[in-house]
Amino acid sequence: MIEFLAQSVRTGMTFLYGSTGETLTEKSGHLNLGLPGIMSAGAAFGCAVEYAYGSAVGKLYVNPFIAVILPIVVSFIGGMLMGLIYCFFTVTLHANQNVTGLILTTLGTGLTGYIISKTHSFAFAAKYFTKPLPFAKDLGWFGKLFLSYGILVYLALAIAIISSIILSKTRVGLNIRAVGENPATADAAGINVTRYRYITTMIGSGIAGIGGLCYIMDNLFGSWEYTIEAMGWLAIALVIFTVWKPNIGIFGSILFGMLYNASAYIKNISFAQTDLIEMLPYAVTIIVLIITSARKRRENQPPAHLGLSYFREDR
Amino acid sequence: MENSVAIELKNITKTFGKIVANRNVSLDVRRGEILSILGENGSGKTTLMNMIAGIYYPDSGEIYIDGKEVVIRSPKDAFGYGIGMIHQHFKLVDVFTAAENIILGLNEKRKYKLSDVARRVSEIASRYGFELDPMKKIYEMSVSEKQTVEIIKVLYRGADILILDEPTAVLTPQETSKLFAVLRRMREDGKSIVIITHKLHEVLSLSDRVSVLRKGEYICTVDTCDATVSSLTEAMVGKKITLNIDRCDPVDPTDRLIIKDLECINREGTKILDDVSFTARSGEILGIAGIAGSGQRELLEAIAGLQHVESGQISYIDPSTGAEENLRDKTPIQIRQLGVRLSFVPEDRLGMGLVGNMDIVDNMMLRSYRKGNSAFLRRKEPRDLANEIIKSLEVVTPGPNTPVRRLSGGNVQKVLVGREIASTPTVLMAAYPVRGLDINSSYLIYNLLNEQKKNGVAVIFVGEDLDVLIELSDRILVIGSGRVTGLVDARNTTKEEIGLLMTKTPEIEQSENEGGEGE
Repeated sequence: MIEFLAQSVRTGMTFLYGSTGETLTEKSGHLNLGLPGIMSAGAAFGCAVEYAYGSAVGKLYVNPFIAVILPIVVSFIGGMLMGLIYCFFTVTLHANQNVTGLILTTLGTGLTGYIISKTHSFAFAAKYFTKPLPFAKDLGWFGKLFLSYGILVYLALAIAIISSIILSKTRVGLNIRAVGENPATADAAGINVTRYRYITTMIGSGIAGIGGLCYIMDNLFGSWEYTIEAMGWLAIALVIFTVWKPNIGIFGSILFGMLYNASAYIKNISFAQTDLIEMLPYAVTIIVLIITSARKRRENQPPAHLGLSYFREDR
Repeated sequence: MENSVAIELKNITKTFGKIVANRNVSLDVRRGEILSILGENGSGKTTLMNMIAGIYYPDSGEIYIDGKEVVIRSPKDAFGYGIGMIHQHFKLVDVFTAAENIILGLNEKRKYKLSDVARRVSEIASRYGFELDPMKKIYEMSVSEKQTVEIIKVLYRGADILILDEPTAVLTPQETSKLFAVLRRMREDGKSIVIITHKLHEVLSLSDRVSVLRKGEYICTVDTCDATVSSLTEAMVGKKITLNIDRCDPVDPTDRLIIKDLECINREGTKILDDVSFTARSGEILGIAGIAGSGQRELLEAIAGLQHVESGQISYIDPSTGAEENLRDKTPIQIRQLGVRLSFVPEDRLGMGLVGNMDIVDNMMLRSYRKGNSAFLRRKEPRDLANEIIKSLEVVTPGPNTPVRRLSGGNVQKVLVGREIASTPTVLMAAYPVRGLDINSSYLIYNLLNEQKKNGVAVIFVGEDLDVLIELSDRILVIGSGRVTGLVDARNTTKEEIGLLMTKTPEIEQSENEGGEGE
């Protein structure tokens, strides 16, 4: 049971990166359906750099610190670049957000296949990523449940909490939310809508990029898989599930992790049942969507201008 | 009262493409005065003020503030000079609280703490006599509260020159007088207030001086004490016009629509209409008076089949057969086919009735496309109708194929009302048909309603301006909190009597629930 929970937290953090990044993006009014592609690209860039670094110094002689920090930074930058493409199309060229997002998903997954081949393994680096905190082994179930994770898990939690505070408690967060809710109003209030949308979306995409890396290094212990895209779609669902709040996202992501892993931990079930259980995260999202829209709380609705481009001259 | 000049405009010209919005306009605003900018729709009032507020930049001409020439390129620059504008369409974020909206975009040195902001907002509010809960969300507010937020937002930024664009267009008489009291207090505080309007009685009761614009050009500035309604109208329109509504006696009125014990419940589950009964007769204008949100909208929608009716009866008497039809069981389309027409002009003019991205012809077709038998659309009739409306109602548009969204508010309204009238109704319901229209267009609409009345149509007219209601209607039904509080003969009534009936609280447990009707 403890093992199941701990594994769910690990899986959940991939979702959390994705959903925190997407929440930031959506709060600024961008419905970025390119998230799966961005997460894939983030993973690919990070792993490619890891591979280059490992080849340069020899996989057995890598510096643990560099082996961890370097790919994280590169994944972040890779995600940001994808976000930049997205913003250039939607903000500067006023392209349709859904179409742009779907193009990015295709681009990201395709790019990933081009950069990394399935035979690559990053286990030499993953062991540093998954290194638990000290004392984790001595503290029984507590250590297992709270201290046994690698750096990416704690980083995800920190980013989610910081994002949540920025969004709800700071001037910058107020401005971001205003841009997503009513860009014309924000513009009239002297907020640079274009700049806010670019920066927020790029940072959000960067965070999502780390999510891809987290999936490879933390969940799969360094073996390459092309299933990041599926994680990305679930992360988008998670944004709706958490009603656009990164702090709820922490619990939501762990719940999604549990639902995602459930089939592997339940014994004696058929393949059909496995598939059914794997559907659960989507089913839960639909239920949450129904509940939140039925209650009609305006705070729980998506940002009013989500998915809409903003032209100042348009009345 | 000799006050120093706060803003001086010299020879301001602004063009949009080929259209000249302002030509060589010069005027000044003094400290501690209320200046009205008067003009018809499209006379360039708002454009001129937008240049002071930094929304537009003039093509030529100079702006002086306190005697020094300045350049205002953005709203931020304007705030720097202490100028703040309250636009007709509020610029507020719905899911934010009042306090959050007020500090939006500000780069204060202070720590970001909403409770401090709320305290400072309350201070400003109490200083000028506003009522505002800083932690209330905008979407829970009434129009008047939203306007208060806009005004305080400007004051919070330290503005001492306030420009208000048609501030009373969406307010009830009570809210308007409250606003005026606040504005007078600000004037005593030394602030300059510019109010853009076309309502003459407001100009006369509120302002110190009036500047008149006509077709983008500056006409004159007069002290309000020297002005009269007719002198101002003449300056505004450029010719003498008579502002009389020609009310003829109803000819042979017969019952057309009988409403009995109507009861409706809104989405929140509260009774919005309770025990409403009345009769509308042919060849008669039935005015409906009441504080905004008292159930007028629901009443008309219930008749048109758009609002679910809990209990009660709506019967329609067919003029050709004399047979009684029950409208409650009919769909909106069936009701329309009987000739019951609803022309509702909501606060958001494009929200109901017209499709902004479609042109005038296509909007005409929204009402007639069912008539065709062919698989393809025939655009000829709607185009003729569109051209006729453009001509007869003097709609200012580049052509019938211009998207309605591009037209100014008043012109949008003319298109909407014109279309409903053109369909030869037997019952015509018009709610706020002149909201935001200038004098000329308003009287055009009144005359149209009168014409319909002469044709034997039963006209139901929901209006805001009590003077007009009394002048235009034959009988006036007064509604308060969803109940009929009176039915008076318009020929022998006074504004005071109706005002009293409007605020009369029905003797039921329903406490006065103001502000619940924030649309």
